[in-house]
Amino acid sequence: MAAPSYATPLEKVWHYAFLVICGLIFFFLIAPIIVIIPLSFNAVPFFTFTPEMLSLDPAGYSTKWYQDFFTNLNWQGAVKNSFIIAFFATIISTTLGTIAALGLSRAEMPFKSLIMAILISPMIVPLIISAAGMYFFYTKINLAATHLGVILAHAALGTPFVVITVTATLVGFDRSLIRAAANLGASPTRTFFKVIVPLILPGVISGALFAFITSFDEVVVVLFVGSFEQRTIPWQMFSGIREQISPTILAVATLLVCISILLLFSVELLRRRGERLRGIKN
Amino acid sequence: MSTAEALVTADGTPLKVSLARATRRSKIRALMLVVPLFVFILITFFIPIGDMLLRSFQNELVGDILPKTVKALENWDESSGELPDETVFTAMAEDFKVAAENKTIGKVGLRLNYEKSGFSSLFRKSGRRAKKLEPPYKEAFLEIDKKWNDLEYWRIFKRESAKFTKSYYLAALDVGYDEAGNIAMKPEEKQIYLNLFLRTLKLSLLITALCIILAYPVSYLLSTLPANKSNLLLILVLLPFWTSLLVRTTSWIALLQQEGVLNDLFVWLGIVSDDGRLAMIHNQTGTIIAMTHILLPFMILPLYSVMKTIPPSYMRAARSLGATPLTAFVRVYMPNTVAGIGAGSILVFILAIGYYITPALVGGTEGTLISNLIAYHLSTSLNWGLAAALGTILLGLVLFLYLMYDKIVGIDNMKLG
Amino acid sequence: MFHKKTLATITISAALAATSFSASAETEMVVVSWGGAYTNSQQKAYHEPYMAENSDIKIINDDSAAEAVAKLRAMNEAGNVTWSLVDAVASDAIRLCDEGLAEEIDFDTVLAAAPDGTPATEDFGELIVSDCFIPQIVYSTTFGYRTDLVGDNPPASIADVFDLEKIPGKRALEKRPIGNLEWALLADGVPVEEVYDTLETEEGLDRAFAKLDTIKDQVIWWEKGAQTPQLLADGEVVMGSTYNGRLFSVIEEEKQPIAMMWDWQVFDLDGWIVPKGAPHMEEVMKYLKFATDTQRLADQAKYISYGPARASSAPMVGQHADLGIDMAPHMPTNPENAKNTLLYNYEWWADNRDDLDERFQAWLAQ
Repeated sequence: MAAPSYATPLEKVWHYAFLVICGLIFFFLIAPIIVIIPLSFNAVPFFTFTPEMLSLDPAGYSTKWYQDFFTNLNWQGAVKNSFIIAFFATIISTTLGTIAALGLSRAEMPFKSLIMAILISPMIVPLIISAAGMYFFYTKINLAATHLGVILAHAALGTPFVVITVTATLVGFDRSLIRAAANLGASPTRTFFKVIVPLILPGVISGALFAFITSFDEVVVVLFVGSFEQRTIPWQMFSGIREQISPTILAVATLLVCISILLLFSVELLRRRGERLRGIKN
Repeated sequence: MSTAEALVTADGTPLKVSLARATRRSKIRALMLVVPLFVFILITFFIPIGDMLLRSFQNELVGDILPKTVKALENWDESSGELPDETVFTAMAEDFKVAAENKTIGKVGLRLNYEKSGFSSLFRKSGRRAKKLEPPYKEAFLEIDKKWNDLEYWRIFKRESAKFTKSYYLAALDVGYDEAGNIAMKPEEKQIYLNLFLRTLKLSLLITALCIILAYPVSYLLSTLPANKSNLLLILVLLPFWTSLLVRTTSWIALLQQEGVLNDLFVWLGIVSDDGRLAMIHNQTGTIIAMTHILLPFMILPLYSVMKTIPPSYMRAARSLGATPLTAFVRVYMPNTVAGIGAGSILVFILAIGYYITPALVGGTEGTLISNLIAYHLSTSLNWGLAAALGTILLGLVLFLYLMYDKIVGIDNMKLG
Repeated sequence: MFHKKTLATITISAALAATSFSASAETEMVVVSWGGAYTNSQQKAYHEPYMAENSDIKIINDDSAAEAVAKLRAMNEAGNVTWSLVDAVASDAIRLCDEGLAEEIDFDTVLAAAPDGTPATEDFGELIVSDCFIPQIVYSTTFGYRTDLVGDNPPASIADVFDLEKIPGKRALEKRPIGNLEWALLADGVPVEEVYDTLETEEGLDRAFAKLDTIKDQVIWWEKGAQTPQLLADGEVVMGSTYNGRLFSVIEEEKQPIAMMWDWQVFDLDGWIVPKGAPHMEEVMKYLKFATDTQRLADQAKYISYGPARASSAPMVGQHADLGIDMAPHMPTNPENAKNTLLYNYEWWADNRDDLDERFQAWLAQ
């Protein structure tokens, strides 16, 4: 954004100062994420840039923390658990969340805002409270320290995201399309799969991605409801940060950043596709 | 209306009835779609939380384990200034014999020890010798421990033998009973929770304010740029948003610690000396910086979406009507963004007051929040009643803010990414 | 980075345990312990030899001892105990016993006698502090300091910990009143036999907190045993308290410029409790007889520098399994190290813990 040509010198100075300030804020946002990438190639087990690293001496760099990650069975177990738990939690929350969102976006829906408020509350309740409650209750019903328990807990935490994204997709949804389909002789099932699903699919997938990342990222509930057998990547990182700080955590962090970049681009692509399909222009 | 009444559908029912039925049916159909999810989170989420919150006033333990004593104590007048009589001691001897056999006596001692130090050993000791107790029981008990001679222990015993207690809520508000059994503020050196609630609120407010200050220019810039550029810059906002919380916390540890990147940089630049490295972690500074960073996207995104809807012509109109750029901005532009600020602030604030992981890792002692204390009582001190009481208060605060959010922004307007 | 090798071995065994749960005739015992080097020492000294002799037993390590008391209580409340054996410190064991969450043990029938026939109760002697608790090791909480950061004036007594002039810089102390209050009074000149009587009085408590106040703004409070070694290695603190075994590995295995200061080390015990209603009770008792005999306890000291709890094990303590150094001088019970030692008064702390925890938290928050 350039300063307008009619701007006074003072305004121009202010304009560039503004751009510098914005640059600094963007730097603040992104620097902590970028900085761990080189640190994860550190040759010594500390979280600092060594003089060798700063002088770009190859001896200062090493991939041993990545090797440690890929050979350490504790981490591998954590990766496996993370994917299993996140996968099933995502399926549950996406299915239930999408169906609920379809109901919520119907014009006839009574008490809409109240129901919405209730369905979204798992996102709002402080995690420590959710975790503690689930921990006591799941112990009672034999779900604590089981994969199923953690999956159900994560599914509950993930549903608000699905509800929000799918209802947002349906906001621009033209209901006359359904009537048109019915008019043209399509059965309700056929209408659902041929008309509704393609239209809400981007919202569903991006909601699913949110649910996935919620589970994949969640640590408080796993710490309480889960046990060593259910350890996930964040569980392992959390105990690692407290127990023994090793750059392996940074290596894992770097890999997670790469995953988030991938997810970010998929969400962005889906959003665009969704808007294009519904004919909403930016 | 008279014409409408005359209208009937093909099968002869009045149209009005038929329409009402159809509406009801579609209402029910809409509701039925929501039911599965509702039942699911009811079982996996609401019931567990409600079940835990009950612990904040449930108090059946004492009455369950020492039923006869509790019954006998009903007749004791605690204001009489005298110890309970022999009937209470006899009942207690019987209860203790059973409880010692079942190994449950220690539970009562630990429960009452939350109210006053000394109960734990008093019950343990008495329980150990319960089998050999001989009447008269009053003397026998007094011989075991002279604390049985202390009215304060008896008053607490009687008070906490009720089925419900308010002592956890009192403790959560730094209120307790004085020696005479009246409700009073705790002495200053034992006040924790009010200060902590206050600190949590203060830090959350500060973090929210910092987020507004940092988010405003960035969102403004994003909203004025052409779509292709703003989408590119938006990635810089969304990437941290999508990145694991623990990853971001870890990187702040790497950045802020004494031998960390920032301190190294400051020393290299000569801003601080090598022995004068700044302590930016394990204190409030650490919590504030890391949490501001983590929550900033939650402010930028709603603010940006509101700013995008403000037509640039408003500002141009103000300018052409003679307003200075500053006046135009403050008087015309800013009022239009209030909704965005409100939405972002409440969201950030709600998330901030419930934070646990980040303060636990970078907050040290002065940077911890109320959630950390709840976790402490859950897993270390095992005072679950107190944890539940603190949790209920925190939950109440959050729900209040949530309602405000609903009023101001509307839950249905919540957007992500 | 700490105990990388040991971590690898644990993970291998954990993975083996995880992959082989299809095997049918085996009895699986979930043993809860602290993880890291400590679980490894138990794996090597107890679990592996036991599983070699009893092929029908599969021992699964669960590293959640830190949350064990809370989880055990929740399991017991729900009537659903899944752990067979739990490693706990003495104070927690006493608490679990008090709450009826742990089985009482008949020491002389369950446990093996010493090789010379001394019954178990005598062999453990006064270390049997609870009816439910079988001690394995004596460990101590003591101080480590950076030899390169304290100059020519290394800390020699507990008073030096509180002396910011002699040794400036940050210290790491555990985030709980237990131990710190005793040290504060000892540093303030209170004779050891009067420590708990002094703490019993309001003035005595004030005195202890006042002493802690003198260094409060120079203290980093730790919650896990590995934090102090890490803080020392990073140079975040010049000295700090932690478990002696942690310091041993950072000094002898990691070769960091750190030395130990044993003055007024606080002894504590760590051992087994059997949860009430634990699965496979019979097998657990058999295992306990094996795992707490004289030889096994002495073997554990090969892998970690904690003293065995049986008197009869002490003469059998040999060399470190990997480093080949004599372990005896590194034992907290070694006479050279044990000139001034303190044993917790468990009974006193059981009574005053809730109250003082609260006051300590309030003091921290001020």
